[in-house]
Amino acid sequence: MLKISGKTIITFNINGSAHEVTVRPGDTLLEVLRSRLGLTGTKVGCENGDCGACTVLVDGWPVKSCLMLAVEGVGRAITTIEGLTNTPVQNAFANFSAFQCGFCTPGFIMVCHSLLMHHPNPDDYTIESWLQSNICRCTSYQEISAAVRSLIKSDA
Amino acid sequence: MIPYDFDYYLPDTWQEAVDIYHTLKADAKNPLYYGGGTEIISMARVGSVRPNAVIDIKKIPECQSFGTDGTKLFFGAALTLATIRESGLYPLLSLATGRIADHTIQCKLTLGGNLAGTIHYHEALLPLLLADATIHIANAQCIREVPICDVLNMNGKLTPGELILMVSLNKRYAAYPYAHIKKTKAEKIGYPLVSVAALNVGGTLRLAASALCSFPFRFKDCSFADARPAMDIVRELLADLPEPVLSDTEGSAAYRQFIFEKTAEKIITGFRNGGSHA
Repeated sequence: MLKISGKTIITFNINGSAHEVTVRPGDTLLEVLRSRLGLTGTKVGCENGDCGACTVLVDGWPVKSCLMLAVEGVGRAITTIEGLTNTPVQNAFANFSAFQCGFCTPGFIMVCHSLLMHHPNPDDYTIESWLQSNICRCTSYQEISAAVRSLIKSDA
Repeated sequence: MIPYDFDYYLPDTWQEAVDIYHTLKADAKNPLYYGGGTEIISMARVGSVRPNAVIDIKKIPECQSFGTDGTKLFFGAALTLATIRESGLYPLLSLATGRIADHTIQCKLTLGGNLAGTIHYHEALLPLLLADATIHIANAQCIREVPICDVLNMNGKLTPGELILMVSLNKRYAAYPYAHIKKTKAEKIGYPLVSVAALNVGGTLRLAASALCSFPFRFKDCSFADARPAMDIVRELLADLPEPVLSDTEGSAAYRQFIFEKTAEKIITGFRNGGSHA
């Protein structure tokens, strides 16, 4: 049985690379990504699981990193927005101007990327239910929806 | 950030988990079993809970049970709601879990966490109550398998230190017509004003509700195959509530009752018209 007590060095697999970092069990994945690893593309929003700005992928599924202990990340494949550079979803967001201030954009891109990995041809209900996890205060929802829909295989 | 220290345990077996729980308890510590952790982290962050240790159950094989042996369906306590939702193994459970919190939270929130957490809605419980599911609970001595209705219906609680490993149910319940309707105060995502799940078991209505009272519960089964107006059946159900209708900031008792009446009426009418889900 693994026991982690106090500050401990653990190894993460983030964006395909191994990273050693010192954590305590009370550290969330969000603060370790930003403060220890400098991966500041993951944004701090509500820190209560409501806004989705801190979303990352864990084993391909979207997870709000404010609601995940860093120690839970051991042995899991973690992807942050820095790992999705030049992906079709990122390009679609740029092409459809699916952002204004951009603060929520990394979280939305993570969710959209995962959605299309798991459902290459999602129906409207699936798109809506996945995207409801994130909040955009600039209300760019129509443009975000258009960006996602542009990547649906049957529409290509 | 959680502003205090605690120990993190990742046991490989349920025996290790239960043993360490009791060892820590005997040491005057305050351990918590940890599944998805969404509730624990958000409460710990603001100081509503203060565990000295969390015992992560995600590596315990029984807690990852998932699938069928041909007769029964198995759902481990550490399965995420997203896994259950995407599987469609028990469609009513998929529908109900797909309406708890938002999709990304469902990728972290576990079945065991929803059943045993402190938030009193426990919406994943409703389809399990209707299917006469069995809950598999580990304690210091053994695993006991008991009807979930006997343990968690009407605010039932586990004994401190007990650990939910999984639930199982007869596969035939996945084939019955079903309905689930969740009404919230305003937003699509939110705590329920009422959440109602139903199965049509050969003309017998099985109905369970969350947020109508201060705990989830299953109504007495009743027939809906006769010619009575659906609202008469609904009023019969309401005449036998286990406690007065809940009244809080989400909705007054009168409003909740009104919403429930319309919701249950819609479900009964849908079943009579051959509908399979809502």
